[in-house]
Amino acid sequence: MNIFRWPAAVAVMALLLTAPAVLAVQQQPPPANEGFVQANDLPATEQLPAAPLVVAAYSIFLVLIFGYVWSIARRLNTVEREMRTLEQRQSPGGVRR
Amino acid sequence: MSAVRWTVRVQAIERAMFLRVAWLVLRKDVAIEAKTREILYTTLFFAVACVLVFSFAFVREGQPIEGAGGGILWIAIIFSGNLALGRTFERERYGDTMRALLLAPAPRAAIYVGKLLGIVALLSLIELMLVPMVALLFQAPLFARPGHMVALLVLGTVGFSCVGTLFAAMLMRSRTRDVLLPILLYPVTVPVIIAGVLGTSALTQTPADEPMATLWIALLAFFDVVFVTLSLWMFEPLMTE
Amino acid sequence: MRKLLTPLVVLTAAMFAYAPIAILNGPAESTMLLISKIFYFHFSTWMALTAGLIVCGVCSAIFLFKGNATADRFAFAAAELVTVFGAFGLASGSIWGRKAWGVWWQWDARLPMALTLELIFLGYLIVRKYGGPGSDKLAAAMGIFGAATGPFIYKSVDWWRTIHPQTSVMTTLSIKAPEMWRLVWFCTGAFLLLFVVLLLVRVHLEERRAELDRLYLEAEA
Repeated sequence: MNIFRWPAAVAVMALLLTAPAVLAVQQQPPPANEGFVQANDLPATEQLPAAPLVVAAYSIFLVLIFGYVWSIARRLNTVEREMRTLEQRQSPGGVRR
Repeated sequence: MSAVRWTVRVQAIERAMFLRVAWLVLRKDVAIEAKTREILYTTLFFAVACVLVFSFAFVREGQPIEGAGGGILWIAIIFSGNLALGRTFERERYGDTMRALLLAPAPRAAIYVGKLLGIVALLSLIELMLVPMVALLFQAPLFARPGHMVALLVLGTVGFSCVGTLFAAMLMRSRTRDVLLPILLYPVTVPVIIAGVLGTSALTQTPADEPMATLWIALLAFFDVVFVTLSLWMFEPLMTE
Repeated sequence: MRKLLTPLVVLTAAMFAYAPIAILNGPAESTMLLISKIFYFHFSTWMALTAGLIVCGVCSAIFLFKGNATADRFAFAAAELVTVFGAFGLASGSIWGRKAWGVWWQWDARLPMALTLELIFLGYLIVRKYGGPGSDKLAAAMGIFGAATGPFIYKSVDWWRTIHPQTSVMTTLSIKAPEMWRLVWFCTGAFLLLFVVLLLVRVHLEERRAELDRLYLEAEA
């Protein structure tokens, strides 16, 4: 697989060449939050009640997981039903072959 | 001849054959396209129409929105690339030439590389026309740092095309290939698109943020290496029945 | 495998029954108070998703190169689970962001990349369903690319400084608030167990489907 040796070499060289630029960028001070204020610094009138949001998040989780399990169960039932129909059709003394 | 010298010689011959097959596939595509130039012209006009449509969304009161040029350039490249990929492989499918290529005693990866170079060449021609047009219409200083801009465009095009060629080739036998190609291709090439657009924005803002653009170029190079390696690796098992 | 299933289900159910109680009684985080309770499940769902990514990527590669049908079934099951856990991860993150940052969505690096990962695996499921013959191999290619993009999402938050919490939040947590740290890992364990249980059940469905196909082929013979 020698065609994969030169891409690896190119990758290493590319990383080495651009590492100084990356380091230079990282040493700059992080930008300010650009207009986003931490929500608990806002005046009390603009804050959101947290409890309904937490409840919403956990209920979404329950809905998703139970919905998925129900979907698997439904598909499994369809497959089992088809298998039973197929076996019934075949067992009464080899019908149409 | 000693065993080592023999192995080295055989490897050199294999490499030469690989490159020769890729070159032959590329020459075939270029020769066919050069006769009618059908895909080139139609895709080019599609790209122009794209830019026109986007201008209605991103030009307010006669002035383009700040930094819109870079985004529109890359969207036009991605959409035209999608079209070009579909059309190129439709041509292969119609003539059933892909099966002939795969039957030939040529390394499969070389066929992939040949097709990839053809797509990259086609997209490069389209970009040659698109970049000045977007720079003109959206007053984006795309030519301020030509070296960085060319690096971004080349790496971005290669990254998009390598995944696109793989997916378009493997979808050739599928009935829903036209709609599946963008569905599958766009999410996978999102890192390339993000790097391209943010790199272009870094170059077109005032003053141009060169270290940032270099960072994005380095990331693009990394993505390209990963994606090309993955695509080369997967081409053969995907094309066999 | 089958014999393990019942005790695993019982254990998972027990862990999930205990988790909300532990979370409610757990310590409140200083800056974000109640809403930080989402963090336990949010972090755990992304851990389960990573497990799904690894399983899907590895099994897709095995299927593509060796033609192993069992690997294909595991890859399909893992891809579906990645979609489900990813959906919850995006929803819970969005709700948390609404409270903590004031917006439902923010265009920093990690959120669009997470959405992209979700779309890649939805693409996997679409190809499986509508791709026609040979769609299992096309889907395997998508699985491999999706797994390859996963690490970029994880590292992206460190490379592009934004308002999303840095990945070092877990290490500082172990020093400052050991009970929170333990609870997070407990929830992660519960989620990983849930992932394993769902994976086994889903693979069972695929095995039954394969059996049905075999019966159809026999009937036609």
